Amino acid sequence: MKRRWTLSTKALTVVGLAALVALVLPSAGFAQDEAPEFLSQQNGNVMWTLIAAILVMFMQAGFAMVETGLTRAKNAGNILMKNMFDFSAGSVAFFLVGFALMFGDDIGGFVGFSNFGLSEANTADADGLWGYTFWFFQCVFAATAVTIVSGAIAERTKFVSYLFLSFLVTAVVYPISGHWIWGGGWLSQLETPMIDFAGSTVVHSVGGWIAMAGALVLGPRIGKYTKDGVARAIPGHNLPLVALGVFILWFGWFGFNPGSTTAANGNIGLIAVTTNLAAAMAALAAMCTAWLRYGKPDVSMSLNGVLAGLVAITAGCANVSPMGALIIGFGAGILVVLSIEFLDKVLKIDDPVGAISVHGVCGAFGTLCVGLFASPDFGGTAGLFYGGGLSQLITQIIGVGAVFVWSFGAGLVLFALLKITVGIRVTAEEELKGLDLTEHGSEAYSGFQIFITE
Amino acid sequence: MKLIIAYFRPEQLNAVKQALYAKGVHSMSATNIAGSGRQKGYTETYRGVMIEVNLLKKVRLEVAVKDEKVTETMDAISAGAQTGKEGDGMIFVLDIADARRIRTGETGEMVFG
Repeated sequence: MKRRWTLSTKALTVVGLAALVALVLPSAGFAQDEAPEFLSQQNGNVMWTLIAAILVMFMQAGFAMVETGLTRAKNAGNILMKNMFDFSAGSVAFFLVGFALMFGDDIGGFVGFSNFGLSEANTADADGLWGYTFWFFQCVFAATAVTIVSGAIAERTKFVSYLFLSFLVTAVVYPISGHWIWGGGWLSQLETPMIDFAGSTVVHSVGGWIAMAGALVLGPRIGKYTKDGVARAIPGHNLPLVALGVFILWFGWFGFNPGSTTAANGNIGLIAVTTNLAAAMAALAAMCTAWLRYGKPDVSMSLNGVLAGLVAITAGCANVSPMGALIIGFGAGILVVLSIEFLDKVLKIDDPVGAISVHGVCGAFGTLCVGLFASPDFGGTAGLFYGGGLSQLITQIIGVGAVFVWSFGAGLVLFALLKITVGIRVTAEEELKGLDLTEHGSEAYSGFQIFITE
Repeated sequence: MKLIIAYFRPEQLNAVKQALYAKGVHSMSATNIAGSGRQKGYTETYRGVMIEVNLLKKVRLEVAVKDEKVTETMDAISAGAQTGKEGDGMIFVLDIADARRIRTGETGEMVFG
């Protein structure tokens, strides 16, 4: 009893002191006769955009973990290297060339062409400095697009060809279609400009379609299909890593979507809400779809469901109501499971991590959904279901189609060029032994016994 | 009754299994082992430092068959495991003194059904 009494006296003393300080301080402020300083809007924008960019950068870790977990132990080191070096190569390429093609002075609505190597950014004033913040934010987005590719072409691609691909995608392919939508190009000059707020199409579909081109040109992994063409499962080696990666991506997406305001305004909380609701609903929908189709709630399909919802809401996160976000997430969750099965069993495109379905297909789906669910109360644009007619939907369809043709076509050309120059596929022997040993000369799990059951 | 023990490259396991299935041999046990033979080891580098690996990862496959299936089984394992380079592995054949299927209590050659 005594002890408790002493504690509360201490507490009282602290509260008393605090009250005293609070009474004295304001008068001290007035005494100095200075106007109180607030964070200026411009500095607020810099802070929020930079924090968001740092969150998006961390998504690289998420991609690395998802892709490592969903592939075999013998290729873990190779996947990690790819994820590290698409960010490294991508940052350099986007600095030297990519940013200029995406956001430079417009040429005919097709491509930008100025500000190479950030030549126009400067430290003279706040506007010049903003150039650096904006570049960094855009750079992590470009790197996100290219890292999507590594998962779909995992376990069979030559490391050196992937390095070239990373440079070329972030320097040329991603910036050109990005310019059409974000850099003032033709899709943003249409009478009803295309809405892709944070990049369902600009970032995710582009990555997904290049990934599809790559998986097609490479062909499936050895043992993926029987001689009769029946798809076999090649289970990933570490689901805990996949789950960690998905949570990191989910976390990073609160920079990806709310950060795309590139301004510290009141909108960012709403965007976080739509982003989270779509991801949660898509997880539920994907899990239930898998449960109904396979009899069990499949772990890795459910995890893919989260990502599908996140990708789908990215285009409309600032333009749809929370209820709209739930519907978009629900659709994406169902779609991703069906799409993964369709690619695997019908088209016979071997995508070890489901990147084409998650990013390509759900990215396109989410972008189209803006034309349906855009609500005038949230982003000022009305989609078909809110009385806005067909014009927005038509623009979205044109955009999705044009970006598909561009990125899938460019992907086919790039992979074909790499195939006849450095070669894109490792030999059968290297593939069977694993790329860790054959491409990098070291194992990811030295000292562990990797059980071979194939 | 013979017990066939084969050591070969892990990446050939699937090919060996397929060759055995084609001959109607479905019962087998596989373990991961480390071993050395004529094949020289390989060197890994880890952070720029060489690592010599001379006990190589191999698979040990055990198959018990009736006497008349021994050659056929050995041929199937060879066909699946052979790459023509050193390190393809070895096959040993041992006599089995007796055998019993635990579920039914069958003994001797009866266990092969």
